[in-house]
Amino acid sequence: MDFAFIAQVFPKLLAGLPLTLLLAVLSLLGGGLIALGLSGLRASSWIGARVADFYVYIFRGTPLLIQIFLIYYGLAQFPAVRHSVFWPLLREPYVCALLSLMLNDAAYTSEILRGGLRAVPAGAIEAARVAGMTRLTLLRRIILPLAFRQALPAYGAEITSMVKATSLASVVTLMEVTGIARAEVSETYRAIEVFLCAAVIYLVLVTVIARAVDLLEDHLTPYRRPTSARSVA
Amino acid sequence: MDDSLTLLGFGPEGWGHALLNGGLMTLTVSGCAFAFGLGLGTLLAWARIAGAAPVQRLAQGYGVVMRGIPDLLVIYLFYFGGRQVASAVAKQFGHVGPVEISGFAAGCLAIGLLSGATQAEVLRGAFHAIAPGTLEAARVTGMGRWTMFRRIIAPLALRTALPGLGNQWQSVIKESALVSVTGLVETLRAVTVAANSTELPFLFFLAGGAIYLVITTISGFLFRIAEWRSMRGQPATVGRG
Repeated sequence: MDFAFIAQVFPKLLAGLPLTLLLAVLSLLGGGLIALGLSGLRASSWIGARVADFYVYIFRGTPLLIQIFLIYYGLAQFPAVRHSVFWPLLREPYVCALLSLMLNDAAYTSEILRGGLRAVPAGAIEAARVAGMTRLTLLRRIILPLAFRQALPAYGAEITSMVKATSLASVVTLMEVTGIARAEVSETYRAIEVFLCAAVIYLVLVTVIARAVDLLEDHLTPYRRPTSARSVA
Repeated sequence: MDDSLTLLGFGPEGWGHALLNGGLMTLTVSGCAFAFGLGLGTLLAWARIAGAAPVQRLAQGYGVVMRGIPDLLVIYLFYFGGRQVASAVAKQFGHVGPVEISGFAAGCLAIGLLSGATQAEVLRGAFHAIAPGTLEAARVTGMGRWTMFRRIIAPLALRTALPGLGNQWQSVIKESALVSVTGLVETLRAVTVAANSTELPFLFFLAGGAIYLVITTISGFLFRIAEWRSMRGQPATVGRG
């Protein structure tokens, strides 16, 4: 192991971390919003539900990389797109990568959300209605908190999987951690050292996030803690 | 529209054969990687169920590491890292310059190692779903360990593991698209080549997406049939017809 080389490469790779994080956070936010929209669509009508199902089917049935290519390279095929007002945006690899990450995340998140919503006991909703809650209060105070808690473990896995998925943005020239690693390798030809360093960065990031989600889950489910632990806390 | 059909068709102008071969290569890579992952996953699950404490921790650590690294990085590591090692070895024998290694092998290895970590979790869960009494009964009748694995554990655990393994197979198919970065001509690589030479990227990436969709849909269907068949003779549970 050449520690001098690793000490030199590591800071270079870390310089890509902000972009990796930004891509992950924005795609999770955007994907979450689209997923909420899909849930609304699913609840609206039979046709809406079929449209949402189809969306999920398409985005979960194909690789993310081909979705990125379709948006980044594919859209440029149409002169109408190239001459539209959106072209300065759609020409940017950053925007295209972000867009495909969002659309992809939305499909997975809407399925997680669906599972969470299904787990809300009908009795809890009835009780809230009997107590005279309006629909909005019911949603805000009963349905969404219960669904969120139920969906949290699965959503935690989705968060880490999106963090890892941002590495695909490097394929359309974005210089996040993987992109920098790739450039570093083509300069130094020391693939093992460089990619292992990058792997360590992702591993630490994913571990920290998974731990945070675990803590949040623990915090939200006090009734599951063993009694002794509760008296200590 | 007619032009598109000609381009996607099997005629002299068409890319049909190239895309078909790409699809077959996707299936081959995915099949090899999944089989390797299943073997590795079985060993890892065994290590976590019956291994000594350090072995258990090792298997658990492997899972944590593999689930924490992007797939693309693992493929890069094996492809470019493998090239680096192969070149270093060749240099010892007097060969100068870079040595190419197979993208197919590096891809299968990388995806198999990734998938093995998840498959181990699926199989471990399935093992724990076997009623302890069943294993005790097998032991009491004097079955050897191998016979017990072959006749009791494997059939019972596989039945529970089928849905999870089905999900893993779908992930492997999608991950196999990443192997295109090594230059292996599977579906994504084939459509990229076609998109570049025809200058119709949207058409061909859409066709590529359709190929993946066909593969994932048909295999999802097959897994559901397998699940249904494996549940024959079982008492119906809630939610089943």
